[in-house]
Amino acid sequence: MKKDHFAIIGQSLPKIDAWAKVVGETKFADDLAMSRMAHGKLLRSPHPHALIKRIDTTRARALPGVYAVITGHDLPRVKFGILPVSQDEEALCVEKVRMVGDAVAAVAAVDEETAERATELIEVEYEPLRPLMSIEDSLGHPEVRIHEYGDRPNVHKAVSLQFGNLEAAFAASDLVREDVFFYEGNTHLPMEQHSAVAQWGADGKLTLWSSTQTPHYVHRLLSRILDLPQAHIRVVAAPVGGGFGGKLDPFAHEIAACKLSQLTGRPVKITLTREEVFYVHRGRHPVLMWIKTGFTKDGAITGMHFRSWLDGGAYGSYGVASTFYTGALQTVTYKIPVYKFEGARVFTNKPPCGPKRGHGTPQPRFAMECQIDKAAEQLGLDPADMRRQNLAEPFVKTANHLTVTTIGLGECIDRVVEASGWGEKRGSLPPGKGIGIACSSYITGAGTAIYWNDMPHSGVVVRADRSGLVAVLCGATDIGQGSDSILAYLVAEVLGIEPKDIRVHPADTDLTPVDLGSYSSRVTLMAGNATIQAAERLREKIFTAVARKLEVPAERLTVGERRVFVQDDPEQGVSFPEAVVLAESMFGVLAFPGSYAPPKRAGKYKGGGVGPSPCYSYSACVVEVDVDRETGEVKPTEVWIAHDVGRALNPLLVEGQVEGSIYMGLGEALMEEQVFRKGVHKFPSMLEYKSPTTLETPEIHTILVETDDPEGPFGAKEAGQGPLLPVIPAVANAVYDAVGVRIDETPITPEKVTKAMENKRKGKSARLGPERLPVFSFPEAKIVESAFGQPAENIAVRPFASAPHPQAPHPQAPHPTLSPEGRG
Amino acid sequence: MMRLPPFQYLAPVSVGDAVKLMADHGPEAMLVAGGTDLYPNMKRRQFEPTVLVGLRGVRDLAGVREPGGGVLAIGAGTTLTAVSRHPEVRARYAALATAAGAVSTPQLRNMGTLGGNVCVDTRCNYYNQSYQWRKAVDFCMKKDGEICLVAPGSPRCWAVSSSDTAPALWSLSASVRLAGPAGERTIPLSALYQDDGIQYLTKQPGEIVTEIVLPPADGARSVYLKLRRRGSFDFPVLGVAATLYMDGETVRQARIVLGAVASLPREAVEAARLLIGERLTPELIDRAADAAYRPAKPLDNTDLTHPYRKKMVRVYVARALRRLAGLPEAAEA
Amino acid sequence: MPTLLTLKINGEERDVLAPTHKTLLEVLREELNLTGTKHGCELGECGTCTILVDGLPVLSCLALPVECQGREIKTVEGMAQGGRLHPLQQAFAELGAAQCGYCTPGILLTAEALLEDIATPTRDEIKLALAGNLCRCTGYTKILDAVELAALRMKGART
Repeated sequence: MKKDHFAIIGQSLPKIDAWAKVVGETKFADDLAMSRMAHGKLLRSPHPHALIKRIDTTRARALPGVYAVITGHDLPRVKFGILPVSQDEEALCVEKVRMVGDAVAAVAAVDEETAERATELIEVEYEPLRPLMSIEDSLGHPEVRIHEYGDRPNVHKAVSLQFGNLEAAFAASDLVREDVFFYEGNTHLPMEQHSAVAQWGADGKLTLWSSTQTPHYVHRLLSRILDLPQAHIRVVAAPVGGGFGGKLDPFAHEIAACKLSQLTGRPVKITLTREEVFYVHRGRHPVLMWIKTGFTKDGAITGMHFRSWLDGGAYGSYGVASTFYTGALQTVTYKIPVYKFEGARVFTNKPPCGPKRGHGTPQPRFAMECQIDKAAEQLGLDPADMRRQNLAEPFVKTANHLTVTTIGLGECIDRVVEASGWGEKRGSLPPGKGIGIACSSYITGAGTAIYWNDMPHSGVVVRADRSGLVAVLCGATDIGQGSDSILAYLVAEVLGIEPKDIRVHPADTDLTPVDLGSYSSRVTLMAGNATIQAAERLREKIFTAVARKLEVPAERLTVGERRVFVQDDPEQGVSFPEAVVLAESMFGVLAFPGSYAPPKRAGKYKGGGVGPSPCYSYSACVVEVDVDRETGEVKPTEVWIAHDVGRALNPLLVEGQVEGSIYMGLGEALMEEQVFRKGVHKFPSMLEYKSPTTLETPEIHTILVETDDPEGPFGAKEAGQGPLLPVIPAVANAVYDAVGVRIDETPITPEKVTKAMENKRKGKSARLGPERLPVFSFPEAKIVESAFGQPAENIAVRPFASAPHPQAPHPQAPHPTLSPEGRG
Repeated sequence: MMRLPPFQYLAPVSVGDAVKLMADHGPEAMLVAGGTDLYPNMKRRQFEPTVLVGLRGVRDLAGVREPGGGVLAIGAGTTLTAVSRHPEVRARYAALATAAGAVSTPQLRNMGTLGGNVCVDTRCNYYNQSYQWRKAVDFCMKKDGEICLVAPGSPRCWAVSSSDTAPALWSLSASVRLAGPAGERTIPLSALYQDDGIQYLTKQPGEIVTEIVLPPADGARSVYLKLRRRGSFDFPVLGVAATLYMDGETVRQARIVLGAVASLPREAVEAARLLIGERLTPELIDRAADAAYRPAKPLDNTDLTHPYRKKMVRVYVARALRRLAGLPEAAEA
Repeated sequence: MPTLLTLKINGEERDVLAPTHKTLLEVLREELNLTGTKHGCELGECGTCTILVDGLPVLSCLALPVECQGREIKTVEGMAQGGRLHPLQQAFAELGAAQCGYCTPGILLTAEALLEDIATPTRDEIKLALAGNLCRCTGYTKILDAVELAALRMKGART
């Protein structure tokens, strides 16, 4: 399909919700107000680790204006967690608190001030336990247990995977390097603080409006937590004011709002303070990494052994997936014939880590790309050439059995090298200035759901009626990335109408088919494919009806410019609304489903479910920095990034995702850190958690590379997360080019740079980074055969004929995994 | 949402009325001008006054006067934006214009006043936290607690002077006019401060800073440099203000004042003394920077580590002096 | 205790009965249902709640209504005139400068004040003017582009 055959796809159009957002019309969860609404507040633990001996709410209940006070005893005693393997959370802790910020009670009152005052009147007697605030602490004190479950005391998960004969690979190498890196934890910091409004109706049914990225998972879990049939619960995702992975779990405030609404008979709103947002967290894991890689003298990777220790915080959250993700995608970017991964996630008494943009992969990407830079220097190779040399092959499997489809990384490298002037600049910029490169790949949607099932990952209904209206109903959640708009563009393309003619109704569990949520960069591909299927089913009916009216074969019809017409005789046709009337007259109600489930390609080994994806995006990034040699301040001056997005359905939106990723990556590389002292978050505020401003953000040059992936809607792959990954190592590599020091841990702060420069001047190591690794024996790995280089299987036969085309008005070869009903 | 505790708001229209209201309400009352320092502190329950005496409506407090003789008098209620943009301030007192323009964000500078920034509460990352947070660490002596969490053995509070304009004004030898129950008085700005994180101001609580008076510039060159992580929002974790009066190539008089290294702006007397009567050579500048560096004792209670902040004293003082000397800003590392 | 105040908001006189200690942010959102003004920290540390008072960007989370009597208050709801979007709103929508849209109202108003002050600002001047508004989605690039585009169009409309 050539690009110029598209009417809508490929155009830089405004988002369909842009107008509402620029006039302040958009109603975020905290903007909702209802009559008789009560305001809720949670009481949170001031102890990082303590037993709860007694909670007395008498004085709080007696405060005028208080409607209800609850503790964990008022909720069903069910532990929950987003992953079935980690059911370790309580909305309101009953016996024990595991971090400062754990909720222990909740109040509903006439207003927020009263609710807050009431929480201060709740008496809680704690018996403090020894807090475990680091991986070493937790491993060193197995007698102090944060949880009763886990692979070992305080070890949530320990995994080992090996693919092929590692010793042989290293033996055949000209260079084997071992390096150690540390990636500091950081948080999403969405501008919108989480908020939820619950309304327990007189009919015994519950509605929850929430700033959530995963209304479906919240829906499922609320049913368990509140012991209420799912059919009696409705979850509506309000427009989300920034998510980045921070609004992917079910949270205490959502659950408390529901229960308080039941008890008070009023709608109840709970909005978190900024400080509470730091406590709910689920952000980037601090990860300590050891990486051993073999290279031939021309730079080819022979094998890799990678170890990661994740500081998980107090709860499981997505942590098991995070752990596997630290090891899963190394093999997707470059050819790695033999690979071994060992990872462990350790519980500590800090807010739980989880998925933040790039989930589990920026940390290993930092380690690996910095190591490659070091190896290139040792081998006398240009770092860009060395990466080109190692490009993974398209349409083959990786060592760890991941199936890769299209790869645009080679073109990405070429384009950023050219645009940045890499060749002239590297090693020859004035003192203090430097340039660095790094690459990455990322999943376009997780290949498996977080709970085992055979149902679609994304469902869509497209309906049209005599008014000419086309409505798209889909469970997907727009978190600012523009997913609602993407669905509208796809429908507009298939039906030959304008995005404005379409209304998208997202994320309402009563009205919309299930979509698993806005995570893992899955919505454009999964909801997109389902949307195209639904729209094509509608179009087929329209063609049939119009064909009868015009007395032409349906195959000769096409759509465009809000008309349905005969392709070789465009005068002959009807307007789109007329066409809908014809179709509705002929077929009755026009509402068509589309469903999508990703191909089942998970590797047949334990842990093989993390990493598979219908396809992978690729990015190459060059960063130029200016390092102040006296203060150590690192100023990124320019960034060039090329991103293989498969196809840019709307280049403007893709650029926005790429630019936002660069921004967040620069923050992580240089200043953002979620750190603790005396058991508490050191600075849970917008002022002291350093988020870059306009003044810290350099000019960004975005280059989009298109590979037209067979799995994606009209060939599209993800753009929202992958472009973050190469930024951090590119900065680190540029700092080395500028001042000759290796900062092997994030964030690359001015003090670390000055310290390393000082050491270098004194003839000591020019590397600053972690020196020690935990004493830890990983479980014995079961050696699985490397699938490296095996041909890809189960690749989609372009599921949709895509743009209006007379020869193929509907799918000719159904996607093998496209819809459950098609799989028999 | 973080909310203010309840209070009564009084809006006098004259300085005299404001002084009287403060006297009438005693320790229950606090002054508020721009509110950018006090309101966040009240939301975090660091202050819980039941009466606020708002100075916004006091006309006498806003605006810049030139009473003659080259003196410039800036009303304490003048916004930081107005100070940073004022043509006379920019032309004659560059350090002040820069410092005022380096406070927090454009929005905040449209609200915050010069008087407010001069009196801005000392800061500490054990103190500038919510009530719940401070409770979790058992509070500190600056509010609700017994000990200093930065230096637990110390009898005093080590919160950090975090004003940008104070070091600049001090280096410019400014004075402040105070109005209180006992009438008006004018003191050198340097006398407004003392090295205690809690009682960091020498003025009486009921006294109002009404005006900041700058002496004739007399050809002085001044500069203010600020160390912070971001170009906006952040308080200084080090501020260096330097003012030089020159006789041709020779330094006649010098004043170097450091911000954010103690509970008050810290004058680097020895460093300045080295410069007097000398030409500003790179070598002399390095010696002066070294002299300023040695006594600086930042503690671990702001952004960036205190050893780094101390190290940067030398770099920033040298940079400030190099800029005044017209030398290239950075020495070859 | 509740106080009756008259505020001039988006050109309209509004009577408000609210406790003195409620901030302008709270009064706008909770008493007047002008929820276009958002909040991100309520401590003056993010710029999200920016509104204009007498044409200058200020933080509504640190402003008291009693201090704003007799002054012109403008929120994002007051930017479009008679159903016509302000050129900044138009440019932000067209160029994808609003992703999640949560910081957008504050940024639009800050930019409006900038363009009143400097009709055709340089990119650096725009960065300085917007340095008090955090955005976590966009990387600011499209925001700066949109302000430039709006400035260009407003200049074109004047000449």
